[in-house]
Amino acid sequence: MFATLLQATGAGDKLVTPEVPWSHLAPQLILVVGATVGVIAAAALRGRLRRSVGAVGAAVVAGAAIVSIIPLWHRVSNPAQGPISAVNGAIGVDRFSLFVTALLCAAVILASFTAEAYLQREGLDGPEFSLLLLLAAAGGSVMAGANDLIVMFIGIEVLSLAVYVLAAMHARRISSQESGLKYFLLGGFASAFLLYGIALTYGATGTTSLLRVQSFLAERVLTDDGLLLGGLALMLVGFAFKVGAVPFHMWTPDVYQGAPSPVTGFMAAAVKTAAFAGMLRVFVVGFASYADLWRPVVGALAIASLVVGAVMSVVQTNVKRMLAYSSIAHAGFVLLGVDAASAEGTAASLFYLAAYTAMALGTFAVVTVVGGSGDGAHTLDAYRGLGRRRPGLALAMSLFLLAQAGTPVTIGFLAKLGVIRAAIDADQWALAIVAMLTAVISTFMYLRIVVAMYFAESESESDDRGELRIPWGVGVTIGVAVIATLVLGVVPGPLEHLSDDALPVLVAVDGR
Amino acid sequence: MSALVWLIPALPLAGFVALVVGGRRLGDPWAGWLATAAVGGSFLVVLGVFADLVGRGAEARSIHQELFTWIPAGSFQASMGLLADPLSITMCLFVTGVGSLIHLYAIGYMHGDEKFSKFFTYLNLFIFSMLMLVLGDNLLLTFLGWEGVGACSYFLISFWHTDPANASAGKKAFVTNRVGDWGFMVATFLVWTSVGSIGYLDIANAAHHGEIAAVTATAIAVLFFVAATGKSAQLPLFVWLPDAMAGPTPVSALIHAATMVTSGVYLLVRLNPILHAAGWANDLIAWVGVATALVAATVAVTQNDIKKVLAYSTVSQLGYLFLAVGTGNYVAAIFHMVTHAFFKALLFLGSGSVILGMAHEQDMRRYGNLRKYMPITAGTFIIGWLAIAGVPPFSGFWSKDEILAGAYAHNKVMLALGLITALLTAFYMSRQVFMTFFGPERWREADAVATGDGDHADAHDSAHDSAHDDHAHHLTPDHTPSESPWVMTLPLVVLGALAIVGGALNLPFTDSTKVLEHWLEPVVGVHELGVEGATLVALAAIAVVLGLVGIGLAGAVYLARRIPASTVERPEFGWGLWIDRGYAAFMGGPGRALFDAISRFDKAVIDGAVDGVANAVGAAGAVLRRTQTGRVRNSAIGLATGAVAVLVYFVVRMSF
Repeated sequence: MFATLLQATGAGDKLVTPEVPWSHLAPQLILVVGATVGVIAAAALRGRLRRSVGAVGAAVVAGAAIVSIIPLWHRVSNPAQGPISAVNGAIGVDRFSLFVTALLCAAVILASFTAEAYLQREGLDGPEFSLLLLLAAAGGSVMAGANDLIVMFIGIEVLSLAVYVLAAMHARRISSQESGLKYFLLGGFASAFLLYGIALTYGATGTTSLLRVQSFLAERVLTDDGLLLGGLALMLVGFAFKVGAVPFHMWTPDVYQGAPSPVTGFMAAAVKTAAFAGMLRVFVVGFASYADLWRPVVGALAIASLVVGAVMSVVQTNVKRMLAYSSIAHAGFVLLGVDAASAEGTAASLFYLAAYTAMALGTFAVVTVVGGSGDGAHTLDAYRGLGRRRPGLALAMSLFLLAQAGTPVTIGFLAKLGVIRAAIDADQWALAIVAMLTAVISTFMYLRIVVAMYFAESESESDDRGELRIPWGVGVTIGVAVIATLVLGVVPGPLEHLSDDALPVLVAVDGR
Repeated sequence: MSALVWLIPALPLAGFVALVVGGRRLGDPWAGWLATAAVGGSFLVVLGVFADLVGRGAEARSIHQELFTWIPAGSFQASMGLLADPLSITMCLFVTGVGSLIHLYAIGYMHGDEKFSKFFTYLNLFIFSMLMLVLGDNLLLTFLGWEGVGACSYFLISFWHTDPANASAGKKAFVTNRVGDWGFMVATFLVWTSVGSIGYLDIANAAHHGEIAAVTATAIAVLFFVAATGKSAQLPLFVWLPDAMAGPTPVSALIHAATMVTSGVYLLVRLNPILHAAGWANDLIAWVGVATALVAATVAVTQNDIKKVLAYSTVSQLGYLFLAVGTGNYVAAIFHMVTHAFFKALLFLGSGSVILGMAHEQDMRRYGNLRKYMPITAGTFIIGWLAIAGVPPFSGFWSKDEILAGAYAHNKVMLALGLITALLTAFYMSRQVFMTFFGPERWREADAVATGDGDHADAHDSAHDSAHDDHAHHLTPDHTPSESPWVMTLPLVVLGALAIVGGALNLPFTDSTKVLEHWLEPVVGVHELGVEGATLVALAAIAVVLGLVGIGLAGAVYLARRIPASTVERPEFGWGLWIDRGYAAFMGGPGRALFDAISRFDKAVIDGAVDGVANAVGAAGAVLRRTQTGRVRNSAIGLATGAVAVLVYFVVRMSF
C-alpha cells in the first residue's frame, strides 16, 4: 500500500523516514514507555502487586518526565540554540510545550495520589488506572507540541481514549459506565468535526503542517477562502468540545458527575489544559493571520461559557455538577486569554490553566473524600456540618472554593486578573465586564458550599455516617494544592515568569 | 547581616504557621516556648541588623530589600519590600525585645488556660503583623500590617469571648478602628495620586523636592492623623482602649500599651517629610495630643480597676507622643515611645502578676499591703511608677522632659497643659501604688468595697468596670497572695532594669550623649529644640517638683489619710467618659434610628436588587436546565447546532 501511495505522490521509490532526535522527545518518551512497561508488568504480575504500586509508579514516571524537561527548557531558552522542531517539523519543542507537559505531569502526580486512595476504598484493581493517566498526559504533551494538524489529532485521540476508559473505570457503578460511554460517543462526534476541519484545511492549503500553513497564508491572499474558513470553523468546534465551552458543553455535567471523582479532577485540570494548549497553538500561532475572523467566535464562546457556566452552577444541588458548570465558567475565562490573540493573552491563559490545575485537583480530592464509600455522596447535604466534623478538610475546601471564586491572596485571583487584563489590553471591554459579573454569580455558588460546610446544621443521618477517613494519598494532594494555591497567590513571580516565557513558536529548525 | 532582614518577620510567621499546624499537639507549655523562641530569634536577627547599621556611616544606614513585585496593576506597582533604617530598626528592637519578654511572661500567665496554644498563635501573628507594619517599604504593606495587628487585637480582646462583655469590647475596638482605617485608605489614595508612588523612599524624595502641594500635604497629614487617632486611641476615638482591657493582661501589655497603639505615632514619624509641608495639620496633632493627655489623666484618677487606670494612663501618654510629633519633636516622640514601652509594659505585667496573685480580682479597693506578699512584683512596679511619674533618674523623666521642652518652644499653653498632666500622672500612679502595695489588707475586711473610701465613684464607672480580666472572682477574706513563678517575674526584673536606665538613650547633657537623636537623624533630620541650658534645667525642675507634689498629695490622701479621697476623686474628673457615654447615647437614640432607616433602605432597594438578580439567575438556570436532559441524542443535537452556528458565521463573514 505504501508503494502505491508513494508512486501516486511521485516521491520516488525510496521511503525517506525522518530522523528522530530521541533526546528532545524525552518527556513524551518517558511517559509512553513508562505507561507501556507498566501495563505489561501489571498484566504479568496480576494480583501480586500491592495496590499503591501503580500510583507511586505513575508518580515516579511523571516526576522523571518533569526532571527530563529541565535540561530541555534550558536548552530552548538559550538564545544561541532556541526552540527546536523534531521529526521533520512535526513536533515542536519549545517552552510552551514543555510548560504544558510539566503541568500535565504535575496533574498526573496529584491525580494518581488521589486515585490511590479512591481505588483502595472502592476495592478496585488498579495499576491500569494510574497508567492510563500517564498515557493521557503523553497525548496531551503531543498536543502541546504538535506542529502538524495530523499529529495534533493523534495527540487528542491518545488523550481522549485514555480518558474515556478512565471515566468508565468504576465498572460496578452504572453511572461511571454511562459517563464513559457518553463521553466516548460525543467525543467521537467532536473528533469527527475536528478531523473534517483538518481535511478542509488541507484541501485549502495543501498541507497539514502548521508551519507551512502559516507561510502559505503569509505569501498569498486567497480570493476564495471558503474551504479554509470551513476548516477553521470545524476545528474550532472540535477544540471547543474538548475544553467544554458552551454550546459544546452538554457532556460536561453528566460526565463529570458520573466519572470517578479523581478522574473528574484530572479531566478538569489536565484535559482542559491539553485542549487549550492545542487551541492556542493552532489558532493563536498557526492561524494568527486569520485572527480577525476567528476571534469573534472565540469571544462569543467565552461569553456563552461564562454566563451559562455561572448561571447553571447556581441552580445545581449536586456538588460535582456545580463544579462541572464552574469548570465551564473557568473555560470561559481561559477563552478570554485565547481571544486576546496576543503573547500576553497566551501567558495569561497558561497561568490560569496552571492555577486551575492546582485548585481543581485539590477540590476534587476533597470531593473524593466526602463522596464516601461508593462515591455517591455528592449532594450539598453531604457537605453540611463538614466544618465541625473535619475542620481541616473543610478549611482546605473553603480555600479551594474561594480561590476559584477569585479571592485575593490566592492564585485564583491573580489568574482571573491576568486574563481580564489581557482582554482589556486587547480592547475587549465587553468580555472583561461579562467575566467580572459572572465571577460574582459564581461566587454565590462557591459560597453556598462554604455556607453548607460551616453554617448549616447537619442532618442527623449525616452524622451517622461516622468519621470520614482521609487516606495519606489524598492528604498529599490536598496539602500540595493548598500550598500551591496560597504560596503562588502571594508570590506569583516564579510561575508568572515561566508562563510569560512559555510562548508557542513555529520553527523549522531541526535542532540536533 | 543586611541580607537577613526578611528573616525578622519570617520567624514569627514561621512560629505562627507551626502553631496553627501543631499548636494543639504541643500544648501547654511547649506551644508557648515555641512562640517565645520565634520572637526571641527574631530579636537576635534585629540585633544583628542593628549592629550592621551602626557600623555604617549615617548616609548608608538604610537597607532596602525588595523581595518581589506584589501587585502589578498597570502603572500601580506595590512591591513586597522591606525597609530597614534607624527608625524601623528602633521599632523592631523594642517590638521583638519587649515582645519576647511578654511572650515569656504569658507562658506563666496563661498556664492552665484551655486555649493556651491558640493564644500564642495569635500572639505570634501579631508580632509578624507589627513587624510588617514597621518594616514595610510602602504604605500598602504598612496598611496590611495595620489591619493585621488590628485583627489580632480584636481576636485577643475577645479571647475569653464567652463573656459577652469581652465580646462587645472586641466589637467596640473593631468599629472604632474602622473609622480610623477609612482615613488611612483615603490618605493612601491621595499620596498615590499626588506622588505617583506609595513607597516611603519615593514619598520622602517628592516631599524634599517640594513636589507635594501644601494643601495636599495638609490633607494627607490630617487623614493619616485620623487613622492614628483610631489605632493610637486619641480624642475622640480613644474609647475602645479602656474596654480593650478585657483581653488577657499580656495582651494589654504587648498590644495595648507597648507596641500596636504606638503605630499611629510611627506612621506620622515615618511620613515626617509630608508633615514638614503640612502647615496647620501639625498644630492640630499637637493640640489633640495634649488634650487627650489631659483628659485621659483626669479620668485615670477616678478609676478603681487596676488595669483601667493603666489603660487611661496609656491613652494619656500616647497623647504626649502626639504632642511631640505635632511640635516637630520626632526624636522625643520615639524616645518616649521606647521608654514608655519599657515602663508601661512593666506596669501592665506587674498588674497581671497582682491580678493572678489576688485570684483575678481587679478592684484596687480590695488590695493593700501586697508588697509583703509579692516583693518582686512590688519592687518592679515601684520602679515603673517612679519612671512614669517623672522622677529622675528613671527613664520617663528624661523622655517626658524632652517633650515638654519641645512644647515650651512651641506654645506656652501646651506646656502648661502638659505640666498639669504630669502632675496628674504622678498623682494617679501614686494612688494606684499606695492602694495596691501599701496600707491595710482590705480584702480581709468583709465588705470592703461598700465601706471603702471610693464608693461614690461606683455610680459612673460601674458600667465600665464590667470588662474584667477574667470572669471568675473568688477573692475571699482568708486569701493569701503569693508571688508569681519565675517566667513572670524575670520579664518584670528585666523591664524594671530597662525602665531605670532607658533614659540613657538620649541624655541632654552634651551633644555626644544624644545617642538616639544622632541615630535617627537620617530619617527625621535635625531638629533644634530652641531651648537652651538654663531654661531646660528650669523646666526639668518644675516638672520634677510637680511630680513630687503629685506623689505627696497622693500620699496625703491614700497613705496618711489626711484628706478624704472623696475630695479628690471628683465625679467631674470623669468628664472624659462623657464622650464614651455620648457615643452610647447616640448609638441608642438618633444613631439607631438612622441605622434602622439605612437598614430599611438596604432591605428594600439593595437587597431587592440583589434578590432580583438572584431570582433572575435562578429562573434563567431553570429554563436552561430544561435543555440539559442528559440524553446523548440531545447533547449531540446541541453539538451539531452549535457547529452549524459557527459555520454559518464563517460563511456570512466570507461573503462580505
